[in-house]
Amino acid sequence: MENKLIDLVHITKYFDNEMVLDDFNLSIKENSFVTLLGPSGCGKSTTLRIIGGFLTPDKGQVFFDGMDITNVPPEKRLLNTVFQKYALFQHMNVAENIAFGLKIKKKSKEYINDKIKYALKLVNLDGYEKRDINMLSGGQQQRIAIARAIVNEPKLLLLDEPLGALDLKLRQEMQYELIRLKNELGITFIYVTHDQEEALTMSDTIVVMNQGYIQQMGTPEQIYNEPENAFVATFIGDSNIVSGKMIEDYLVEISGKKFKCIDAGFGINKPVDIVIRPEDVEILPPNSDNAILHGRMTHVIFKGEMYEMLCVTDDGTEWLVHSTVLHEPGKEVGIYVEPQNIQIMNKPMSEDEKAIDPIIAEAEYNE
Amino acid sequence: MSSKSKNRILVMPYTIWMIGFIIIPLIFVVCYGLTNNNNAFTIENVMSFFNPIHLKSFIKSFKLAFISTIICVILAYPIALIFRNSKTKQSSFIVYIFILPMWMNGLLRIYAWLTLIEKRGVINLILSYFHLPNISIVNTEIAIVLGMVYDLLPFMILPLYNALMKINDDTINGARDLGANELQVFSKIIFPLSIPGMVSGITMVFIPSLTTVAISEMLGGGNFLLIGNVIEREFLITSNWHLGSGLSLVLIIFIFIVMGITNKWTDKDEEAVII
Repeated sequence: MENKLIDLVHITKYFDNEMVLDDFNLSIKENSFVTLLGPSGCGKSTTLRIIGGFLTPDKGQVFFDGMDITNVPPEKRLLNTVFQKYALFQHMNVAENIAFGLKIKKKSKEYINDKIKYALKLVNLDGYEKRDINMLSGGQQQRIAIARAIVNEPKLLLLDEPLGALDLKLRQEMQYELIRLKNELGITFIYVTHDQEEALTMSDTIVVMNQGYIQQMGTPEQIYNEPENAFVATFIGDSNIVSGKMIEDYLVEISGKKFKCIDAGFGINKPVDIVIRPEDVEILPPNSDNAILHGRMTHVIFKGEMYEMLCVTDDGTEWLVHSTVLHEPGKEVGIYVEPQNIQIMNKPMSEDEKAIDPIIAEAEYNE
Repeated sequence: MSSKSKNRILVMPYTIWMIGFIIIPLIFVVCYGLTNNNNAFTIENVMSFFNPIHLKSFIKSFKLAFISTIICVILAYPIALIFRNSKTKQSSFIVYIFILPMWMNGLLRIYAWLTLIEKRGVINLILSYFHLPNISIVNTEIAIVLGMVYDLLPFMILPLYNALMKINDDTINGARDLGANELQVFSKIIFPLSIPGMVSGITMVFIPSLTTVAISEMLGGGNFLLIGNVIEREFLITSNWHLGSGLSLVLIIFIFIVMGITNKWTDKDEEAVII
């Protein structure tokens, strides 16, 4: 069995009487790449800062490798952090930055020099020892920040939106770098981001958070293909969320028409929410035998790798469609969805579950 | 109109001001300083710096300016550090309170000190009331240093506070994350990063204290001739403008040397906040 490296137990944190985390529990296994994903203000950075030791929880405990470290100051924790804005020391050069932690630990000069060389090689910046921090690009600074952290051989590396300040191309490059680093070093990464694509690309496990609660925890495939609620479905990629009725096991009614599906156990004639990804909405000729719903294309936007289109069915429901095939606005079409692409979710029942309503979350996000 | 010629028109008023009130007077100082009464070239005025009386004034000026600057650093650093760490909305208000005296006329502020510390001043009245021994610091070097520190302390606090505020919280968190305790965070991160601000402050305290005339005149009772007072006397009492200008030139050279040394550490945008 794999070890639990980090165990957060009943963590509660308030800022000025405002709840950020409430009875938050999370276990992270050794050697995993875990991403905390959620909109601004969902508590993901707070969680990371509690693990790093920069914030103390109001209630609850933090365990590291089985030891209670709730009240251990950051300098005594066996983990390192890569900060959002790099937080490099401007008055030191590259080598001095990387050596900082090792010098404090009073390592020998040879050891430190070896480590600097090794770390710079690892982040593909050999020979940058004497460079001035301010002369480096954002991507290079971020690599130095990572090098500065990993020379201390932490068991756990915390990364707080480290790629947020980089441009798209560099960000994608750095994502692969991080995956490679993680595999080479064999240490645990906890990564915080609001970028769902970043989370899907890099993680073994994604923890989707909103308003201080975990909405869903799972592999990228689970999170994307089987979102547990409307918040997760809308936050991770585009999706059509429609109301429907579970007629019986493996049969659901959408817009008055029956669709086969692969979910069971919801009961009979039970109202449910249905998630269908835009790329899973299949557009057919209107007279096709397979077409279940009928409608008309209304909008089209060219997005580069595909067309994003809107189709309104006869009952007025709007469907977002992603396809490499263009269907001109005004065209009459039929719609079909494969059973395995229909994801059934329970309708929100309690107040707590209301809190995860994507519209409220959206409003929160825009604040 | 091109933006270049527009700019040229916009800088006109200041250019005229600068030429009229800075450049031309400086040229006069140079001309007077390097000539004698017969308008013949001489370096005698400048060389009179080595006259023991003048040398003594220079040394005394440097000594008092140095002491005042050190005291300002010692007083200002903890205050600026507390302001940085407090991070409340009030902290900028408190900073304003500290610079509030700057809004009053400088001479008035020095006079106020005189009424406090003179023989029958406020402080001695209070001390007498409690049958405590009186202080007699008026007309001493202590009074002059006190006046300089009081007058110039805001110029130390502001750039220091500014430099400390620029240090990102995550830079400090980063150091702690890498194992530095609070003392190490201060000595290896906060202090080195505050040096540009401190050097700005030192420049802005040291040079005015070096050249002060009013403070030494009023609180020193004319007993302590600082170089500023010597130059003032040459102009106003003995009317020897040549000697006064010569000594001014020497003082200007010293100021340039001080600026040259401090400029190495100064962050250019620190000073902008004050000026």
